[in-house]
Amino acid sequence: MSPNNSRRRFLQLGLAAGSCTVCARFAFAAPAAGDARFVFIILRGALDGLAAVPPYADPDYPRLRELLAIGAPGSADGALALDGHFGLNPGLSFVHEAYMAREALVFHALATPYRERSHFDGQDVLESGLVLPHASQVGWLNRTAAALPPGAVHGAELGVALGQNVPLVLRGPAPIASWSPSKLPDIDDDTLQRIADRYASDPILSQRLAQALATDRMAAESSDMSSSQPAPTAMAAAVMLRPGAARYIETVQTAASFLKREDGPALAVFDTTGWDTHFNEGGSQGQLTQRLAALDAALRALKDSLGTTWQRTAVLIATEFGRTAAANGTRGTDHGTAAAALLLGGAVQGGRVICDWPGLSARALYEGRDLKPTLDMRSVIKSVLRDHLGISPRRLDAEVFPSNAQPYLADLIRA
Amino acid sequence: MTIGVAAAIAANRFGLGARPGDLATIGADPRGWLRTQLTGQPLLAADGLQSTAQILSGAEPIVQAQRRARRARADAAAADSPAATELAMRLPQYLRPIYLGEIRARLRTAMGSERPFAERLVYFWSNHFAVSVDKFAVLGIAGSFEREAIRPHVMGRFHDLLLAVETHPAMLLYLDNQQSIGPDSMVARRAANRGRTVGLNENLAREILELHTLGVDGGYTQADVTSFAKVLTGWSIGGGEGRLAGGAIGTFFFRPEVHEPGAQTVVRRRYAQDAEAQGLATLADLALAPATARHVATKLARHFIGDDPPAAAIERIARVFERTHGDLPAVYAALIDSPEAWDGATAKFKSPQDYVLSLGRGLSLPPESEPRILSAFDLLGQRPFSPGSPAGWPDRSSDWDGASALMKRIELSDTVAQRLGDRRDAQQLAPEILGQSLTAATSQSVARAASPAQALALLLTSPEFLRR
Repeated sequence: MSPNNSRRRFLQLGLAAGSCTVCARFAFAAPAAGDARFVFIILRGALDGLAAVPPYADPDYPRLRELLAIGAPGSADGALALDGHFGLNPGLSFVHEAYMAREALVFHALATPYRERSHFDGQDVLESGLVLPHASQVGWLNRTAAALPPGAVHGAELGVALGQNVPLVLRGPAPIASWSPSKLPDIDDDTLQRIADRYASDPILSQRLAQALATDRMAAESSDMSSSQPAPTAMAAAVMLRPGAARYIETVQTAASFLKREDGPALAVFDTTGWDTHFNEGGSQGQLTQRLAALDAALRALKDSLGTTWQRTAVLIATEFGRTAAANGTRGTDHGTAAAALLLGGAVQGGRVICDWPGLSARALYEGRDLKPTLDMRSVIKSVLRDHLGISPRRLDAEVFPSNAQPYLADLIRA
Repeated sequence: MTIGVAAAIAANRFGLGARPGDLATIGADPRGWLRTQLTGQPLLAADGLQSTAQILSGAEPIVQAQRRARRARADAAAADSPAATELAMRLPQYLRPIYLGEIRARLRTAMGSERPFAERLVYFWSNHFAVSVDKFAVLGIAGSFEREAIRPHVMGRFHDLLLAVETHPAMLLYLDNQQSIGPDSMVARRAANRGRTVGLNENLAREILELHTLGVDGGYTQADVTSFAKVLTGWSIGGGEGRLAGGAIGTFFFRPEVHEPGAQTVVRRRYAQDAEAQGLATLADLALAPATARHVATKLARHFIGDDPPAAAIERIARVFERTHGDLPAVYAALIDSPEAWDGATAKFKSPQDYVLSLGRGLSLPPESEPRILSAFDLLGQRPFSPGSPAGWPDRSSDWDGASALMKRIELSDTVAQRLGDRRDAQQLAPEILGQSLTAATSQSVARAASPAQALALLLTSPEFLRR
């Protein structure tokens, strides 16, 4: 991850010579201070919202959840208190601190428009922002990048994924690069230039190579903040969250070093897997709680690494759908419908649970088995994009989330 | 005899990448060359690999020792003792070398295969019926799963392939079915008497319908998933202890005491059979369903023709699947006969696995390079048998062609080229492995290189070598 001297030299050479096919295509807006950062964390596999944000006061909850039920605050291994009805999973201690500091909002019983139970289609809808799966190869965050107001764009006209490839939510015409640390030895300038020349007639490869070099440069420079070199507007991080693994903390710290640059990206995505808890999900000390604790540690590391940039940051954590209201026969839960989501950061007007609770009685459940959705995920997302990134409702409703007439939510972001 | 671009397509798109001499062997009849590969089981060229039953039997003493230790341990503190840690490490220490042995044997077969199309089809099905070593229970048996459930049936009928997969311990463990209990089964009723609830786990039933057979739009409902999960209760693995003891360790074992009694309706058909016959009958119908034909045809077409294959090609392949009741060689022949599959030389960005194998074959890398080749899979993001979900590795160019992914290929190519230096002649090699798909621009860039190593790096990073 250390600066790559020869590649930096190559880039400087290319810029100086002005003939470099790789570097000449970028024009950069001048940096402006004080802009917002938006981080989207995808929890792939369907997070159990009733375990992450247990409705411990709902009379049907202990009956449905049996051994998986998390007790009221104050009981042994009980939930962390939120508002008298909902609590947080004991693994989410940092999120709870943020909630108490009014920097975290909790959403419950929300869903995308998707109503079936396939992970892969559910994730497609969550990322495309459309109604039907596989309707587009463009993600809503890519459309967001294209709609960022001019003042918010400091870096190059591209984004970058931390990880080798780009998740659907960021894919699309607004160029998104990707970056991940390399263990391979450096390649010499001359060979790289010849490869760049060969790619000149290949639009995809030449764009990808240019993006890779631009982000490598940013990584190399993330230690010395004095640089006026351009940086991407968006990035994504593919992180495997495993309890006890330290690797994702490192990725979070690298992502933070990009985000806190004056000219850093406005958008970032973390991609996590491992939330599909069909078997042995566990209660307040179980497997899921351990995974949530790992996520919680990553969020704490993000805040710590961001420093004062945290004040300008909003982090949205969402999953494709929820899980069954009742425990299944193998101490886990199967695919469900409505889920929970979290929004936290210094920019968030926090300290509330936002939810029109449908209840867990047999009659209240969706199709007799799942938590019923009462809030559209797109309402939450577009409200954050409007109030945090300053994207106009006109563009949000026409471009970012077309075919969506859901209302906006007020006061998610500090004025 | 003229060797057209079709020979390069046969070797690189349908195969695992041309070795020097391959294109001359394929010659003027690339379709014929592919068809000859459709008979005979594509077995693994390796001795000394164990069966799933042997592997899991070998793990049994360790599992039992761990179980005894857990019971003997009164307090949680003892779980961190050096003895407990040593015991906890024994299972991975036993399983990891088995995993490595499997992927080494698999790599060796791919590098030297004279039937690379058959081998690619093994990979295709292995990915269609994906298991992942991300789940620890699968670590030791992902390789034996491919050898036992996939390879013997790749040139057979889809129905037999499906059956072998869904009864294999690796799939039952990966999708949690050995734990699923019929709500009205004997075991569930016994548990209820003791105040405990046990019941269904829908995982395997859902993924069979969604991923393995009908496809997500194949016309099933949540009710079908639930009743199919009931049908599959009792589909389990031999071994166990106490009241659950039964069957041979590491083999399919039907447990009547957890099977849900009674008839079930799955996708509008009623299944009144007893015991495992109910599941066998359901799978038999799913294997032949028109939606399954369309789902399989679509995935084959996406893999061999392009990211968004023409509907006409999918339809043709699906019809052959239906007409032949899932006779897979006939389905592959329909694919070979699809003119769309022979359009343009470079339709698809190679997956990391494709890229590394084609590099190894193209450069005739020696067996000593195996550890380096295996680490290259890791480096480029496709460790064998480790897709992130039961859907398997994604199969579109945009899933693999990220900027950082490209830079990694460039760095890998350069590293390999530096190591080989002048022991390979890129100018001579380029037409040998790319044939008529070699462009003038790449020929020129290779010819003008400053050194043999640089010439090789330019060949391996060329647009036509990055795609297939």
